[in-house]
Amino acid sequence: MRIGTPRETFTGEARVALTPASAAQLQKLGHECLIESGAGQAAGFTDEAYRDAGVTLVNSAAELYKQSDFITKVRAPSESESEMLGKGKTLISFFWPAQSTELLDKISKTGANVVAMDMVPRISRAQKMDALSSMANIAGYRAVIEAGNNFPRFFTGQITAAGKVPPAKVLVIGAGVAGLAAIGAAQSLGAIVRAFDVRPEVAEQIESMGAEFLFLDFDDASDGAATGGYAAPSSPEFREKQLALFREQAPDVDIVITTALIPGRDAPKLWLSDMVDAMKRGSVVVDLAAERGGNCDATVPDEKIVTDNGVTVIGYTDFPSRMATQSSELYATNVRHMLHDLTPEKDGVIVHDMEDDVIRGATAAFEGEVTFPPPPPKIQAIAAQKPAAPEKTAEEIAADEAAAVKRAGRNQIALLAIGGLMMFFIGQYAPASFMKHFIVFVLSVFVGFQVIWNVSHALHTPLMAVTNAISGIIILGALLQIGSSSVIVTILASISVLIATINVVGGFMVTRRMLQMFQKS
Amino acid sequence: MFDLSSEMQTAAYIASTVLFILSLGGLSDQENAKRGVWFGIIGMAIAVYATIFGPGVELGPVLVIMLVIGAAAGVYVAQKVEMTGMPELVAALHSFVGLAAVFIGINSDIDPPTLATTAERVIHEVEVFLGVFIGAITFTGSIVAYAKLSGKVDGKALILPGRHVLNVALLLLSFVLLYLYMNHAGSWTLYLMTLIALVIGAHLVLAIGGADMPVVVSMLNSYSGWAAAATGFLLGNDLLIVTGALVGSSGAILSYIMCKAMNRKFLSVILGGFGGPSGEAMAIEGEQIAIDADGVAASLDDAEQIIIVPGYGMAVAQAQQSVSELTRRLRAAGKTVRFGIHPVAGRLPGHMNVLLAEAKVPYDIVLEMDEINEDFPETDVVIVIGSNDIVNPAAQEDPNSPIAGMPVLEVWKAKQVFVSKRGQGTGYSGIENPLFFKENTRMFYGDAKASVDALLQKIS
Repeated sequence: MRIGTPRETFTGEARVALTPASAAQLQKLGHECLIESGAGQAAGFTDEAYRDAGVTLVNSAAELYKQSDFITKVRAPSESESEMLGKGKTLISFFWPAQSTELLDKISKTGANVVAMDMVPRISRAQKMDALSSMANIAGYRAVIEAGNNFPRFFTGQITAAGKVPPAKVLVIGAGVAGLAAIGAAQSLGAIVRAFDVRPEVAEQIESMGAEFLFLDFDDASDGAATGGYAAPSSPEFREKQLALFREQAPDVDIVITTALIPGRDAPKLWLSDMVDAMKRGSVVVDLAAERGGNCDATVPDEKIVTDNGVTVIGYTDFPSRMATQSSELYATNVRHMLHDLTPEKDGVIVHDMEDDVIRGATAAFEGEVTFPPPPPKIQAIAAQKPAAPEKTAEEIAADEAAAVKRAGRNQIALLAIGGLMMFFIGQYAPASFMKHFIVFVLSVFVGFQVIWNVSHALHTPLMAVTNAISGIIILGALLQIGSSSVIVTILASISVLIATINVVGGFMVTRRMLQMFQKS
Repeated sequence: MFDLSSEMQTAAYIASTVLFILSLGGLSDQENAKRGVWFGIIGMAIAVYATIFGPGVELGPVLVIMLVIGAAAGVYVAQKVEMTGMPELVAALHSFVGLAAVFIGINSDIDPPTLATTAERVIHEVEVFLGVFIGAITFTGSIVAYAKLSGKVDGKALILPGRHVLNVALLLLSFVLLYLYMNHAGSWTLYLMTLIALVIGAHLVLAIGGADMPVVVSMLNSYSGWAAAATGFLLGNDLLIVTGALVGSSGAILSYIMCKAMNRKFLSVILGGFGGPSGEAMAIEGEQIAIDADGVAASLDDAEQIIIVPGYGMAVAQAQQSVSELTRRLRAAGKTVRFGIHPVAGRLPGHMNVLLAEAKVPYDIVLEMDEINEDFPETDVVIVIGSNDIVNPAAQEDPNSPIAGMPVLEVWKAKQVFVSKRGQGTGYSGIENPLFFKENTRMFYGDAKASVDALLQKIS
C-alpha cells in the first residue's frame, strides 16, 4: 500500500505523522511511503532525511492525496483536506469523532475510511498505539517546563551563602498520563509535589512517582476502572469537598498544573477565580485542559495571561507541538504500530479486520458507513478492584503461630513415638551385633542432616560430586571380598573395585575442578 | 609389610569418618570448600589404606590393576567433562555405586560369612536383599537419568497406563521373593528380585520429566548413600555405614530443598507427572512484543541496576561465556549486575552456579532467590535467559495454575524485563507464562548464545 503524509495545515502545528525512522519500519512491512515536501521541516526532519530513508517526496498535497491509499496525519482534516479523500482511501489521524460528527458524516459519504487515533481502546494490547497517552506524556512534561520558564524562582530548595531558597511547591490536579508525567518532571527538578485525583486507586501511582497524594475523605468515590481508566463526573457534594481542599492549598502552592478531563465533556472548572486570587504573586497556573475550556476560571485558550495579583495563567493548547521532534517521533511510532496491526502478514496488504477490538474501536467510518461509536470492547480495560481479604489482627497472627508451633510439636512427638516403637521391636528380635551398627547408623544420619543444612545453595553441585566420591567408600566392601575362594565372587568384587575407584577418583577430581572455578570479584 | 591390626584399622576408620564430616561441613562456603575436598581425599586414602593393609585383604596383582585402571579412568572422566555435562556425569557415577552394591550383595550370598544364631542369619539375609534392591534401583535409575540428561533418551515423561499398579505389584513381588529367600528357596529368588529392582529403577525415572531432574539426581544421590549403608550392615563395617548415612541424608535434604522450591510433594515428583489443575487457568491478555538487540542494548545503556536470571536454556545454548562477557562489560561501565538463581534452575541442584563459576562470573554477585527477590522493584532491567517456569507470575497470581504456590523470582516487578527465549512455546510444564505478556516485558527471540553475542556487539 502507498502511505502518504501531508504537511499539517493547522496553524502552529509543527508535528508530522511520519519520521524517517518510522518510514523505514513501514517499508519493512511492505508498504511504500510518500511525504509532502517540507512536511517534516517544523519537526526537524529534512526532506533529505526522508529521501535517504527511501520515502518518495511529493510536491503538493493534492498530488499526495491522489497517489496515496493511506493518509497519515496528526490533526483532524480541514474542510478542503477532507474533500481530497475518496473511496478506497483511509485516513489515520486524531479525529475526535464525538465532537466532529458533521465532518465524519461528510467523509463517510465519500466512501473513505477513518481510523481515529484518539479512539484506540485502552487495553494493554493497544498501548503501543495509544497516541493520546504519548502526547499527554509530552504535554505533562512540557507543562512543567513552561511553568518553570515563567516561575521567577528555583524549583529545588537550596541553602547557599547568599541565603536560603525554599523549594517550589507544585500541585498537580488529575493524575492521568499527563499528570503523572508532570509529577515526574517537577519531582526531578526538585520541587515538593502534591497531587490530587478523584480516583482513589491512582494514589499508589502518584506515590510511586514521589508525590504526596492529597486524600479526600469521601465515601462515594468513583472507581475509574469502569470507565476505561478515565475519570467520571462527580456528585455536587463531592465537588464541594474537592474545591474546599483546593482552596486550602491555593495560598501555599507556587505552581498548579491542571490536567482534569472527562471524556466527551467540557473540562470541569476546578481552579476557581478565588483560588487564583489567593495565590502568591509570581505563582504559575498551567492549564492542560485549555483546549476544552480549561480547568481554571482565568484560562484564556492559546494564551499566557498575568492576573492582577501577578499570577501567570498559561492556557496553551499546543504543548506537544512545542516539542515537535519528540512528539512526532512518538506519534509516528503509534501510527506505525497501528499500520503494523493492519498488516497482519507483513506483506504490504492491508486487512481492515472489523472483528479486531482495537481496529474496530478506532475505526470511525468504514466503507461508506459511520461506525462510531464502537461497541464496547470484549476485554475490560482494567480489571475491577478486587475486595481485599480482611487483614488479620496481631492477636490472630500470634494465635496462628502458636497453633502452628503446637502442631509441629505434636507431629514431632508422634514421629518420635513411632520411631521408639520401631526401635523396641527391632531390639526385641535383632542380635546385639546388629544393634551396635544400628546406633552408628542413626547417629550418622543425624550428623548428616545437621551438616548438610549448612551447605550453601551455590555449592549444591560440588556437594553432589563430593558425596558421590565419598559414596565410593563402597570400595571397602569389594576389597574385603576380593580374596574369596570363589571365582565368581572374585570377579564381581574386582569389577566393583574398578568402578568404585572411578567413582572416588573421578568424584574428588571433578569437585576440585569445580571449586577452583569459584572466584570472588 | 605395613599390616595393621584390627584395632588400628578401627582407629583409621574413625579418622576417616571425622574427615568425611569435615569435608561435607566445609561446603558451607566457597573458600572452606576447597580445603574440605582435601579432607575428603585424605579420609578416603586413609580408609582404603587401612582396609588393604588390614586383616583379611591381600594386595594381589588383580587388586592393583583394578585400582590403577579405575583411578586412570576417573582422572580421564574428571578432566574431560564439560561443566554443562555435570548432571550426566553425576548420574553416571551414581550408577557405579549402585552396581557395586549389587555385586557385593550377590557375593555375600554366594560366599556367606559364618553366622552363629538364627537371628543373625535372618538379619544377614534381609541385609543382602535390601542392599541388592537399593543398589539395583540406583543402578538402572541412574543409567536412565544419564541417558535422559545427555539426550540419548527423550526427556519427556514416559507415562505407562497403570504405572502405579505396576510399581506396587513389582514391590509386592519383591516382598514375596524375600519371604521365599529367607525360607531357603534358593539364590534364584535373589536374582529374580535383582531383575525386578532393575525394572523398577528404570521405570521410576522414565516416568519423570526433564525439569524434575534436579530432584531425581539428588534422590539417586541419596539412594547411592543408602546402598552403601546397607552394604555396611551386610559386612558389619561401621565406616561404610557412617559414610553411607551421611551421603544418604545429604541427598535426601537436597531432594527436599528441590521439592520445596517447586512447591511439590516429594512423592508426586517421584511418581511423575503434575497433579491435575483445580480449575480454569486465568485468561492472559495482551501480546508478546518482540525486541531486537539494539533495543535491549539501549535499555542496558540507560540502566543502573541489572539482574540476570539464567535457566536451563543458557546451559543448552552454552551461553555462559557470553553472559559472563556481557556481565564484565556492563560492570566495567559502572553498572551493578547481579544474578538471581532459582534453586531448581537447570538440571542439577546448583547447576547454574557451577556454569557461571566456570565462565568466571564472580560468585559474590550470584545470589539465591531469597536474597534477591526483594530487590526487583528497584531494578531497572532484568534479563531472563532461558528460564520460564521459575519466573512465572501465575505461581502467585493464579490459584488454579498447576504451579500455584511455587516460589518464583519476581522479575516482573522490575521496570523492564527482557526474555531471551528460542520461540513462543511454553515451558516444560506446558504452562502459559503471563510474564511474556506483561507491559514491561519484551521478548528477545533467538538462541540464547546467539542473542547474547548479538548484544555484545552493541555494547562496548
